Amino acid sequence: MTPPLRVAVPRGALFGETLDVLDGAGVETAELRGGSRSLIFESGALTLVTVRPSDVPTYVEAGAADVGITGKDVLLEQSDRPVYELLDLGFGRCRMVLAGRVGSDRLGESERELGIMRIATKYPRIAERYFESTGRQIELIEVKGSVELAPLVGLSDGIVDLVATGRTLEENELEVREEIVQCTARFVANRVAHKLRAAEIDDLASRLREASRR
Amino acid sequence: MIHPIPPGTRDVLPEEMRELRKLQAALLGVFEGRGYGEVSTPALEYDEVLARGGGRGDHAAYRFFDESGELLALRSEMTVPIARLVATRYAQADPPHRFCYLAGAYRAVSPQRGEMREFLQAGVELIGAPAAEGTVEVIEVLEAALDAAGLGSAVIGLGDADLFRDLLEELGLGVEAVDASLAQLTARDLVGLEQELEGAGVADEQVADCLALSQLRGGPEVLERAQAQGSAAAGRAAGRLTALADSLGSRTGGHRVQFDFGLTRDLTYYNGPILEVYDPALGRVLGGGGRYDGLMKRFGIDRSAAGFALNLERVHVAQIEERRRKEGGE
Repeated sequence: MTPPLRVAVPRGALFGETLDVLDGAGVETAELRGGSRSLIFESGALTLVTVRPSDVPTYVEAGAADVGITGKDVLLEQSDRPVYELLDLGFGRCRMVLAGRVGSDRLGESERELGIMRIATKYPRIAERYFESTGRQIELIEVKGSVELAPLVGLSDGIVDLVATGRTLEENELEVREEIVQCTARFVANRVAHKLRAAEIDDLASRLREASRR
Repeated sequence: MIHPIPPGTRDVLPEEMRELRKLQAALLGVFEGRGYGEVSTPALEYDEVLARGGGRGDHAAYRFFDESGELLALRSEMTVPIARLVATRYAQADPPHRFCYLAGAYRAVSPQRGEMREFLQAGVELIGAPAAEGTVEVIEVLEAALDAAGLGSAVIGLGDADLFRDLLEELGLGVEAVDASLAQLTARDLVGLEQELEGAGVADEQVADCLALSQLRGGPEVLERAQAQGSAAAGRAAGRLTALADSLGSRTGGHRVQFDFGLTRDLTYYNGPILEVYDPALGRVLGGGGRYDGLMKRFGIDRSAAGFALNLERVHVAQIEERRRKEGGE
């Protein structure tokens, strides 16, 4: 007997809307909304596992989850993980941007005078690829959280970060200088599951497509 | 005192070695029994020879100079070395040539991903047999090898390497747009493929057809559905796969075969039928192969050729997993 299809559900910023779109696709999610500390939930023909958004590709690549939902930012940062990207779910829209301090030209000055900009980010590969593709050199500083702090205390000249409403930037007197890419939530599948459980995955994908376009 | 080894390499201890040897013997038994003689080639080759395999510079991850300044490389797979061997030593001999191998291959790994820098491959190459029969024979050998390995649930995904280039050209895309779209398909990014096609001015309906075709996989019923799509390229690919299915069906039944119109291979030397091997007990692909007449041309001989390689360690893991599942646990 085949076990239920396992779906990696991202906790964090995408959690609420992911549950909404799963509801719309006819997947029971009440248990996940209950604030339970459990990480695994049975829901009809599916098993839902909750993981950090940045761990979704890890679980799906290894087949520990057959399919999953995560942000395009995560997929771009981990583009070497071979998973199928099947659907743009449209929600969780945000922008990956280069930002600098309001009223300061530190980014420009560094580029002109030092030939290199110091960029703090949680997305080192996206940042590296972006500056490489635009022919500029940077010194990359990888931080794990509150990247907005870096330019305020002189750790970096600017940051590459994900912006949804722009409020965090504003509160820290930072502003968008360049937009790198638009990101939304994506539905991904394991390479083997995509072949061996084709009917189930196609069915879930088409229900999710419907739900996300409503 | 602990003396480390590089990440992505490993020691094999007697208990596992006994099992691996058993698996190797079972596979070799199948290969030799069907006339595929085992060959061994050097792990080190001239970089220039391996580079004929093409690809995006990933034909060799490890390159170095020897004492006289020649650029050497560790092989990343066995098909290119065997193409080299056939072109060099069997150019005048009467085809077909049947070879098999159990050999280490070397690839770059991403850190902390459980990928192996050095891994064992078991496979066959059939060179110089008529194309259609050759492909069928290679699939038969693969089916027998999976049986011998005890992978009762393994599936062979069968696709066509030429389909999407053909289809995109039919849609009137320029060279650059074709390559960009194929890159998205190979990266398995359907959202990216859709954006690429829309950007190239393909009509919505045809974009939808393309995406649907890339998701068309399953039993013989998908062959008819591809025919029904109306595009000439899809029709031709379906025709080729139907012919293959018919001759497979009349010989082995082809019960392990799944047709997959969206299948792509990372290696660039394939043309015509391509294949991948999956097992439900493992989230990673067990192996793959296909037809590579073009590669033989790059070595200066005009022969049709086909083969496959299995990742031996993954086959072993799948074997253990399948056994566990049969015995009751998950």
